[in-house]
Amino acid sequence: MIKLAINFLSAPLYSFTAFCILFVLAMKRMDIVGTKKFGMGLLIFTLVIFGWMVSDPVFFSVISLPDNIPIIILNALVFWSTWFSLYKGHQNDLRIAAGEPPIEGTPENREKVWAWPNLVYTELFCIIACTIFLIVWAIFFKAPLEEPANPTWAPNPAKAPWYFLGLQEMLVYFDPWMAGVVLPVLIIVGLIAIPFIDINPKGNGYYTFAERKYAIAGFTFGWLALWIFLIQIGTFLRGPNWTFYGPFEFWDSHKVVAENNVNLSEFFWIKGLNVALPKNIFVREIMGIILTGVYLVAVPFYVTKRWGQDMLSRMGGIRYYLLVFLVLGMMSLPIKMYLRWFFFLKYIVAMPEFELNL
Amino acid sequence: MSDEAKTGLNRREFFSFLAVGWITFGAATAGLLSLIFRFTYPNVVFEPAMDFLAGVPDDYPEGVDERWKNGFGVWIYKKDGRLVAMSNICTHLGCIPTWLPAESKFKCPCHGSGYYPNGINFEGPAPRPLERFKIYRNPDGKIIVDKTKVFRYEKGEWNAAEAFIEV
Repeated sequence: MIKLAINFLSAPLYSFTAFCILFVLAMKRMDIVGTKKFGMGLLIFTLVIFGWMVSDPVFFSVISLPDNIPIIILNALVFWSTWFSLYKGHQNDLRIAAGEPPIEGTPENREKVWAWPNLVYTELFCIIACTIFLIVWAIFFKAPLEEPANPTWAPNPAKAPWYFLGLQEMLVYFDPWMAGVVLPVLIIVGLIAIPFIDINPKGNGYYTFAERKYAIAGFTFGWLALWIFLIQIGTFLRGPNWTFYGPFEFWDSHKVVAENNVNLSEFFWIKGLNVALPKNIFVREIMGIILTGVYLVAVPFYVTKRWGQDMLSRMGGIRYYLLVFLVLGMMSLPIKMYLRWFFFLKYIVAMPEFELNL
Repeated sequence: MSDEAKTGLNRREFFSFLAVGWITFGAATAGLLSLIFRFTYPNVVFEPAMDFLAGVPDDYPEGVDERWKNGFGVWIYKKDGRLVAMSNICTHLGCIPTWLPAESKFKCPCHGSGYYPNGINFEGPAPRPLERFKIYRNPDGKIIVDKTKVFRYEKGEWNAAEAFIEV
């Protein structure tokens, strides 16, 4: 009964929404999240739930696939590093609020030491530890090799390497040009551009949350919700034919899910105006083109007029609009996901004639 | 005087040594690069021929036929007196969909695109229908499928002369 409920609630629509709400709550209540008590509590809670889930044979068979073991490790590492940095930031926020310098700024921490041996020894031990770990891993878990590649056959489900499963999950909602080329390039360019865009000196050299709330929340949302979370879905919850399967659901390749997807042009002309699709493709896609224009041009101008004046004058035009463009690019993913879930919308602009679909 | 001339190189000899050295080095490098270049091409190519003989129309039952899928990447689809050759490459990102007879649809294992038996996309992210290949009869009446010519639905090519054969 509980398992059925979990299967149902882990569908991307509910689980992604729940994840976003929890994320916003966590960012709002840093006074709770940034404490040791919360970290320990969450860890124990997660371990208990995980232990209970592992006792289920179906769930165990999925997570014990050799491909999926890195994801378990990744979850533990992401959980730890996210919470630990928030905890450190919260500690410093309390100190700064009390008028003290951050922990990194205390005299004993400002003392300088030599890279050799202090840093190099640490690095050496890290290298040895990683090597041992990889050797042990390679001994105990065989590489999941398959038969030689065959251009007329694909395994089912055909899964990308684990670090690309978020991208593969993105591709469910986008054209390959968008999710395979444009958005990854935007992600990389955006990450490279962070030092250029971010000219706020707060938080340089010390952990903090309160001083950089929006920057941290925005970045962490993109990282946790739009990358890590999608990797989880792509890894554990996508089975044969890339159909969604709950964590306790057997991967029955004959599970039928109705998902007849419709383009915006078909919504507009056939369902809305009750006429056939126009022959001219630009007339056909006029609604999508207008909406895309509104999203990319009108929304930034309105937001700037309403809330962004202060930021615009602080950052300068190029930085500000680059930031706005990157944020719009990032938010296009959840927008597209919700449109697909609610309206079965396939493409906002669908021009397969030019291989252009948004 | 003659001893000194023997121990050192004069200007002309130095340059000829230099030239020999550089030419040798250049030749060795070029040879190595050519080996590397050759290495990028496989010794044996398992690519099937681009056109093949596909029997006579009566060989095929009504509906989707999978017999050429593994060898040539082609599904034969017969319906309403028309026989067509469909590509088995998903139009989303190029995976190979699976034919599910029970659900009567093609379903791509990579991102869940679904196609009707006639190749029209209806679910998942696939932006356009499966492509069709040129198909015609040779003078003996046998079917020939030619994969070098592609017919795309969104360009209105499915009713072109060689996109199907009447059966």
